[in-house]
Amino acid sequence: MSAYIIRRLFMALVVLILATFIVFIIMRLLPGDPILLYLSQDAYSRFTPEELATARHEFGLDKPVVLQYFDWLSGILHGDLGKSIFKSTQVTDEIKDALPITLYMGLIAWLVSHVIAIPAGIICAVKRGKWIDTVLTVMANIGITAPQFWVGILLIYIFGLYLNWLPIYGFVSPLDDLVLSIRKIIMPVFCLSLIPLSGCVRQTRSAMLEVIRQDYIRTAWSKGLRGRAVILRHALKNGIIPVVTLAGMSIPIIIGGQVLIETVFGIPGMGRLAVNALFSRDYAIVQGIVLVIAVLVVVCNLIVDISYSWIDPRIRYD
Amino acid sequence: MFKRKKEVTSDYQEAPPRVKTFQYFRRVFFSRGVVIFGFFVVVLFIIVAIFAPLISPHDPYEQDLDNVMAKPSFQHWLGTDTVGRDTLSRIIYGSRASLMVGFVALGLAAGIGMSLGLIAGYFGGIVHAVIMRFIDALMTVPMILLALTIAAVLGGGLTNVIIALGIALIPTYARLMCGQAMAIKQNDYVTAVRSIGASNLVIMIRHVAPNCFPPLIVMMTMQIGITILAEAGLSFLGIGIKPPGAAWGAMVSEGYRYLTISPILSFAPGLAIMLVVFAFNMIGDGLRDALDPRLRGTL
Repeated sequence: MSAYIIRRLFMALVVLILATFIVFIIMRLLPGDPILLYLSQDAYSRFTPEELATARHEFGLDKPVVLQYFDWLSGILHGDLGKSIFKSTQVTDEIKDALPITLYMGLIAWLVSHVIAIPAGIICAVKRGKWIDTVLTVMANIGITAPQFWVGILLIYIFGLYLNWLPIYGFVSPLDDLVLSIRKIIMPVFCLSLIPLSGCVRQTRSAMLEVIRQDYIRTAWSKGLRGRAVILRHALKNGIIPVVTLAGMSIPIIIGGQVLIETVFGIPGMGRLAVNALFSRDYAIVQGIVLVIAVLVVVCNLIVDISYSWIDPRIRYD
Repeated sequence: MFKRKKEVTSDYQEAPPRVKTFQYFRRVFFSRGVVIFGFFVVVLFIIVAIFAPLISPHDPYEQDLDNVMAKPSFQHWLGTDTVGRDTLSRIIYGSRASLMVGFVALGLAAGIGMSLGLIAGYFGGIVHAVIMRFIDALMTVPMILLALTIAAVLGGGLTNVIIALGIALIPTYARLMCGQAMAIKQNDYVTAVRSIGASNLVIMIRHVAPNCFPPLIVMMTMQIGITILAEAGLSFLGIGIKPPGAAWGAMVSEGYRYLTISPILSFAPGLAIMLVVFAFNMIGDGLRDALDPRLRGTL
């Protein structure tokens, strides 16, 4: 087991380095010179080629791309993600403010979606063909097709503007004002959990249907066990494995959703930071964000992989 | 002659005539109401996109500044936008962007992804390791963020959105194809073909690839919806078809600013996105049931 974890850790590291390299290369394809943008934003007067060269040197942009990449990597190892070209702030500081917000909302959305979806999926499978199955399945099908950002706007219109029940914009830390904070995140969290929730209901339903057909479930019934024991102790244990896979895969989906949802609801998280940075071509920030998100996703995948063997001892890795 | 041929193959179970297969396919495919609904919506969507200039009641670019943000009426079924353009006509034209991006980006991603997956799965070993680690690396960045980054770097516009989504969607296909190829190359017929001296290229293209397809076709249908959703997301964020061109996501975003005055500006195009994505997903469900019953509930 520990050998497996070490090997898995090593692989995760390789994947991470590759991911940073891919993003670095993509960012260097950028048309237009960020230094020119930077200087023209700073001073509207003309600038000399010397000034240009100095600025270029200051940001390390005069070196070959590969060297720039290694500079950046060694910076990361020292906890330095570089400097934002436009705001002349440290990227680390920008991310330090935005990351907790995104993590907090993402985690709540992830928890909410699975706490609701797994029981809902089980109910669907047990009551297959009944009205509740039909209703929940149709809702799940709608949930994966509705554009999240549009659902957000719909909610803002209904609950924010028409009924005036919920605040529509921004984010308040739960440490500052718990009630307001909860009221503010209800709608964005709903939108974020929509896709993972629907996906998980469908997956749980089909996995459970698969398991319920098996012989050992019939045996459990014929032993005279109560329905709850058969479903929860015998069926769910085997049915949950594909659900765990999906639960791991839903993490990048939630983070991706935050790019859109934070823009709709004006939440100062990583998603909005990334969008703003991309539009102002501030690639130090984009690189930093992508790196942090990639680390998050890789760590989550690692946890999911390792938890398989904990849930199902039959799964053995060589 | 005919008789002799029959003798030769008599040991083997004869394949049923193709017509029967098609009939079976049609029966299963059209057995559910929602699938039929999805099928008709998609057909309608494609017709509308192709014949947009003939169908749309107004010019989608024509501004009418005397008639700004009009309520729905007989003349403008869904009202007009901030510069007096007919919303319905813009939705009809917007279907073109969705259709184009949906199919072309998907084709691009499927083409590249499946080739990479096939090569990785077929050769195994170091080739597999190198390709699949790259795919894993691409997967660590959420698809919409990756697509957004690539599209922004390339400078926006419809073509660049297609390229961006084409790259961002590669991993799904590469992974599925790789798994399929690894399973299929174990078959005896692959060994048999190799033993008569077929080259790797021939085995891969003629013998392994075709047998990998059924789950991939289902996957592609389901992914059209996801691609259209992603395109809508990108154009909502402001990357995509350049104004005044019409795209559904951008229309939702434009309407969002005037939500209190005219909510239909934002609601109508969003509903169009949802309807089309739902329809493609239902067709995917139907195809899955008809092509490969083993996959029922897994994709």
